[in-house]
Amino acid sequence: MPLWKRFGGIALVFGLLLLLDHLLYGPSRVAHDQYKEDVLIRCGLAIILAVSLNIVNGFTGQFSLGHIGFYMVGAYVGAALSTYGHTHLFPQLPTDGSPVGLWTSALPILAVSLAGGLAAAAIGFLVGLPSLRLRGDYLAIITLGFAQIILVIVRNIKAVDGATSFTGLPVASQDQALAHVATPHLTSLFWVFLVAALVIWVAYSLRFSVHGLAFLAVREDEIAAEAMGINTTRYKVLAFVLSAFFTGIAGALFAHYQSSLSNESFRFERSIDVVVMVVLGGLGSISGVTIAAVLLTILPEALRPIAQYRLVVYPLLLVILMLTRPQGIFGREEVSRAWLRGQLTSIAGWFSRRPDRV
Amino acid sequence: MLILENIEVSYGPIKALKSVSLEIAAGEIVTLIGANGAGKSTTLRAISGLVPSQSGRILFEGKEITNKPADQIVQLGVGHSPEGRRIFANMSVRENLELGAYTRRDRAGIAEDLERGLTLFPRLRERIGQNAGTLSGGEQQMLAMARALMARPRLLLLDEPSLGLAPFLVRDIFRIIQDINQQGTTVLLVEQNAHLALGIAHRGYVLETGHIVMADEAKALLANDDIKKAYLGE
Repeated sequence: MPLWKRFGGIALVFGLLLLLDHLLYGPSRVAHDQYKEDVLIRCGLAIILAVSLNIVNGFTGQFSLGHIGFYMVGAYVGAALSTYGHTHLFPQLPTDGSPVGLWTSALPILAVSLAGGLAAAAIGFLVGLPSLRLRGDYLAIITLGFAQIILVIVRNIKAVDGATSFTGLPVASQDQALAHVATPHLTSLFWVFLVAALVIWVAYSLRFSVHGLAFLAVREDEIAAEAMGINTTRYKVLAFVLSAFFTGIAGALFAHYQSSLSNESFRFERSIDVVVMVVLGGLGSISGVTIAAVLLTILPEALRPIAQYRLVVYPLLLVILMLTRPQGIFGREEVSRAWLRGQLTSIAGWFSRRPDRV
Repeated sequence: MLILENIEVSYGPIKALKSVSLEIAAGEIVTLIGANGAGKSTTLRAISGLVPSQSGRILFEGKEITNKPADQIVQLGVGHSPEGRRIFANMSVRENLELGAYTRRDRAGIAEDLERGLTLFPRLRERIGQNAGTLSGGEQQMLAMARALMARPRLLLLDEPSLGLAPFLVRDIFRIIQDINQQGTTVLLVEQNAHLALGIAHRGYVLETGHIVMADEAKALLANDDIKKAYLGE
């Protein structure tokens, strides 16, 4: 690929993200459509979660049900870093949870994301080890158990108020309302979708390199893969570590979007949600999984007008989708570059409708 | 080229190989015959590092490869076309072949070997973009062999290439094995069809419940009365 094309692509993504960010928040970043922001951020996080889980479940065919555990590790490690390291590391940040400018948040968000991502990756390495001996249902149970262990451990860590909700640190202050250092509100659309773009790019590069074929070979037939000279151990652990890393980053982003962190956000069902996105999108298909992540986040919102019936209609739609396309929306296919570009602009188009100012 | 010295392999409490020793010289076709469960496939798996050996030594071109990771053994030049073909069913024929060359980085050489493989197995050329799972049994066997050859092995381990194939296809496959051998690849062939295997091999070993019970020139084994009775159905 010529250099100008590669940099052109990066510039295009940055431009679109900045535009997206600007359209929602406006110049002041104080008042914006919080509902829209919420849905969009959840879409972005869902993309990161689903595309990274796809590396494990889709590429290498290992069945992990514990994805939300990595998310939780990332969230709490990130939040703990920004809360406890606040005065030393990021003195420029407001302590009252008020919005932070995009560029002011750059360094802190990089720091907390890396911390969350690396912590999750380390745990991912540990969880990846049993995958060397176990497959299918057994591995699913192990990873499920792991997510529960993480949940129980965090619940018992007092320093992050794991049992209730982590809202920052209490500090001595004259002003009662500012009696604690809130987890800074660092996350904005720009960062979430930047990471989403990054994880999609990494997944694509992996898939269409010699490593991509090796991952798929491990999924198809481990013994044959080994006979080809593929180090299956390395690929399985690599998949877990990489997947956990991005999920950890998503967790840290989530933590700095919420004003408080509750263990309720990391229940087992959330793992299932992500697995559903991956299966629905098509195991292994990056574009399919991305679209499914967005679809499954927006669908419940789109169904809001029918009020209580949406809890009936939503699962029904899932069943119909699975019956009509058991291989997932995209099966094993990928959408082309041009198609993806069109898709991005249409998302931006949807978004640019005038937001209602709060 | 390859030497096995007193190799022992167990699956849990079951001893599959009890002290197997054999030797293959460069350029040979050597066949390993024996009944079901005699340990033929296990021998191949031990050589290519897919199962660990409890004791004994395996030497390939003078280098000890006992219990080395499978990927390193492939890199040293041992190709394995495993039992039951084990092709990657949901990938195209081309992707299967590319994976065969996984350990190699010389693009020109890989392209050359791909061309050679497709010349050896013209059926694969017709089906290059097709999903491997849609191939017939014979074509899948060809693919498994072509895939193993993509690593440009000096020693090719073939496990039951005739399994489940129509007789005319089996003859084709065996002719191709001879071609491969004549192009300079040493072959260790495991077969239940002892008659055919001994027909193309230079030498043969007979494996019985984890022991080598006989070793001789292929012609001599074909003429041996015990072998005739036990394995050739005469």
